[in-house]
Amino acid sequence: MALRDSHVTMAHGGGGRAMRDLIDEVFTSRFQPPGMEDQARLMDDALRQPGARLAFTTDGFVVSPLTFPGGDIGKLSVCGTINDLVVGGAQPLWLSAGFIIEEGTEIAVLRRIVDSMTCAASAAGVRIVTGDTKVVERGAADGVFITSSGIGVIPPGLELSASKIQVGDAIIVNGPLGDHGAVIMASRREFALETPLVSDCAALDKVMAAALQAAPDLHAARDSTRGGLASALNELAIDAGLGMLLNETDVPLRPEVRGLCEILGLDPLYLANEGRLVLFVPAHKAEAARAAIAALPEGEGAAIIGHVVDAHPGQVRMQSGFGGTRIVDMLIGDQLPRIC
Amino acid sequence: MKHVTEFRDPALAKGLLAEIARLCEQIGARREKPVQIMEICGGHTHAIFRFGLDKLVHQGIEFIHGPGCPVCVLPMSRVDECIEIAERPGVIFTTFGDAMRVPGTRGSLMQAKARGADIRMVYSPLDALEIARRNLEREIVFFGLGFETTTPSTAFAIQAAAREGVKNFSVFCNHITVPEPIRALLSDPHMSLNGFIGPGHVSMVIGTHPYDFIAQEFRKPIVVAGFEPIDLLQSVAMVLRQVAEGRAEVENQYARVVPEHGNPASLAAIADVYARRPSFEWRGLGEIDASGLRIRPAYAAFDAEEKFGVGYGATVARHVPEPEGCACGAVMTGRIKPTACPQYGLGCTPETPLGALMVSSEGACAAYWQYGGARGAAA
Amino acid sequence: MCLGIPGQITAITDEAREMAMAEVSGVQREVSLAPVADRPLGELVGQWTLIHVGFAMAIIDEDEAARTLEALRDLGEAQETLDAMAEGQKALEGTQ
Repeated sequence: MALRDSHVTMAHGGGGRAMRDLIDEVFTSRFQPPGMEDQARLMDDALRQPGARLAFTTDGFVVSPLTFPGGDIGKLSVCGTINDLVVGGAQPLWLSAGFIIEEGTEIAVLRRIVDSMTCAASAAGVRIVTGDTKVVERGAADGVFITSSGIGVIPPGLELSASKIQVGDAIIVNGPLGDHGAVIMASRREFALETPLVSDCAALDKVMAAALQAAPDLHAARDSTRGGLASALNELAIDAGLGMLLNETDVPLRPEVRGLCEILGLDPLYLANEGRLVLFVPAHKAEAARAAIAALPEGEGAAIIGHVVDAHPGQVRMQSGFGGTRIVDMLIGDQLPRIC
Repeated sequence: MKHVTEFRDPALAKGLLAEIARLCEQIGARREKPVQIMEICGGHTHAIFRFGLDKLVHQGIEFIHGPGCPVCVLPMSRVDECIEIAERPGVIFTTFGDAMRVPGTRGSLMQAKARGADIRMVYSPLDALEIARRNLEREIVFFGLGFETTTPSTAFAIQAAAREGVKNFSVFCNHITVPEPIRALLSDPHMSLNGFIGPGHVSMVIGTHPYDFIAQEFRKPIVVAGFEPIDLLQSVAMVLRQVAEGRAEVENQYARVVPEHGNPASLAAIADVYARRPSFEWRGLGEIDASGLRIRPAYAAFDAEEKFGVGYGATVARHVPEPEGCACGAVMTGRIKPTACPQYGLGCTPETPLGALMVSSEGACAAYWQYGGARGAAA
Repeated sequence: MCLGIPGQITAITDEAREMAMAEVSGVQREVSLAPVADRPLGELVGQWTLIHVGFAMAIIDEDEAARTLEALRDLGEAQETLDAMAEGQKALEGTQ
C-alpha cells in the first residue's frame, strides 16, 4: 500500500507520485478501466446493429451530506447518469467519472464513494471506463463533486420523445415520490428531524426494460430529479403542448414523507427523487406496464397517477381528493419551508 | 395521520357543501351578490387553494384573503434591517424559511446570503438557541416573525437563554398581533365583509375572547377554524348560519385545539417577555396602533434592536413607500380581487414580486397565481 | 400561516428542560413541552399535541375531535335522507 495518508492533501492533485498512488489505489484498482491510456477505446455488439444510435449524456453531482441513508454521492452519480440514458430508451454501456476533491477529504470516504459507484455500475452492467481527479483547496469545494458522462445505445426503431405524448396517455411513476428530497431535508442538522426514510436513489435500467417489454409503444419517459415530479411534468407538458391532469389520491407517498412535508410546510411534488421516472403509456397498455414495473424492487408502489388531456395545454393540474382542482406549477427557485 | 386524515374525508364534505348551498339560497347569496367571508389567516388561504375549496363551495360565497400572512405584511424596511444585522461581522442570522425570499430595498435575505452573510434557516427558535450554545464566539440573532401562534415560542427561547445565561443570543423581534389589524379593517368605511373565519392556531394561544369586539362592536360573525378542508367548510357553514339567523357571535369550530381562554403558560410567557409598541407598520395596510410587540427592558440583553441599534424604533423614519401601482392594500381589505390589480401578472409575478401578496404562497395574489389558474387574464 | 400539525408525545427526553420526543407520521422531532407543562410531564406521554415551531402548543382534546366528527357524520346522513326524499319527490312527480 503506497497510499499512507488518511486525508487528501494538495499533493494528491500535484501530478506527482502522491497523485499516481491515489488514482491507482482508490480509483483505477476498483473501476478497472480497459487499458491505461488517456482515453477509453470502445466497441460493443449493440453498436453493430443497423439503425442503432448512440446516446450521450453528462451530469454534475453535488450533495450535502456526501453520505445519506440509502446512498452516497457515488451511487447518486452512477444511477443519475444511467437514468439519463435509459429514459431515452438507451441501453447504458459506459460511464466517465470526474472528481473535484476538496483538500482534507478523508480517503476512507473517497473509497466508500468509489465502492458504491463500482457496485451500482456493475449491477446495471455498466463500466466506468475513464475518469479524472482534481484536488482544490479547502473551502473551494464541498467535499467531493462528481461529473459523470454516459454513453449508451438506442436499439433500432425505438424513439421516445415528449413530442410523441398523446392525449389519453396514462402517466405512470415507478414508486413513492419525494423520498430522496425528504432524506436530504431531514439530514440537515438545523431541522433536527429524524425519519426511517431511505433515499430512492436507484438505477432504472430494469424498470425501463420491463416497461418497454410490457408496452413497446410507450411514448416518452423522463427521470424526475431535482424539482420533483412537478418540474418534470411541467417541462414535458410544455414540450408536448398538452395538458396533464393528476389525481391526488393516486400519487404514491410514504407516510413519513407526508409527515415531513406537513411539519415543514413543503409540497412533496417538488421534493427531489433520484430513482423515479415518469412514463407516458397508451391507455390500453397502462395497467400492463404498471404491473410489470411493480414486480421489480425499484418499481414497488408503481402507480398510474393521471393522464394527458387536451385542455389547458402546457399546464399540469391536479384534482384533490376533495374534487377541487389546482395548478401544479413549475417551482420558483428552491422550495423553502413555510412555518411561521 | 391521526387528527388530519379524518378532517380531509371527502365523504364528510358532501353534507357540508349541501348545507352551505342551502344557506346561500336562503340568504339569497349568488355570484353577483356574494356573501364575503374573510379568512384572516394565511394558513387558511393556503388550504382553500390547496384543496380547491373556493371552486367547490356555492357560487354565493366569496373568500376574501386577509392579512394573516406575516411574510406578506412585512415591510421592506424590516427586511433591510434584517440584512443590516446579518451583514455585521460575527453574526449568524437565523430565520424561518418563510422570510428568505421577501424583497427589501436591497434584495432579500436569500440574496444577502449569496453576497456572503451567514444566514441560516431554522425550524424552531430553540434550534437558533442551540446554534448559539455551539458557537460561543459568534453572535446568533433569531428573526422573531409571526403572530400570536409563534410569539410564545420566541418568548420561551428568550426565557431559556436568560435562565442559562446565554450571552450570544438575541431576537430581532417583529412579532405582530391579529386583533388590531382586524379592528383597522372593520373601521374602514369601504369594508363590505359579512363575516370572518378566525385563525385557529393564533386562537389556541389567545383564546376566543379577543375577538368579542368583532361580534359586539361591529356586529359581524366570526368562527375560529381548524386548517383541514372539513374544518374550513364547517366554519363557512357556521358563519352562513349566523348570517341567515341575523346573529353576530364568536363561535369555535376548532374546539379540539382551541380552549376558550387560550393557553395560560404561553400567555404568561408573552406577558413576561414582550411589551406592546405604540404602533407598528404593516405592508399594504400602513401603521396600525398597538399591533406590534417589542422585548421588555428586563430582557434587553436578548433584544437585537438594543444590541445592534437597528430596528423599528431606530429606523422608523426610513419608511419605504410601497412600489407605485401596488394595490395590495385594496386586495387585503377585500375591495378588489388580485386579478383586478393592474400589476397582477405583469409588473408583479412570483419570480419578481412587486407587492407583498405575491411573495408567499399564503398571500392572496401568489395563491391565485400558483393554484388558482387565474393567470389567463395576465397572459 | 402558523403551520401546526398534530404530533404524539412518545417520550420525555429532558425533564429539567421540559423536552420530549414527538412523532408526526413516522417523523421524530424533539419538542418543548413548555406550553403544556402545567401537569406532571409523564402524563403527557401518549398524548396528541399540536406541534408548531418545535413546541407542543396545545393538547388535542380527543373527545372534542370525536364530537365534531360525529356531528359531521350526522349532517352527512341527514343530507342523504334529504337527497333520497328529493329523489322520491322527483320520481313521484315523474309518474303523475
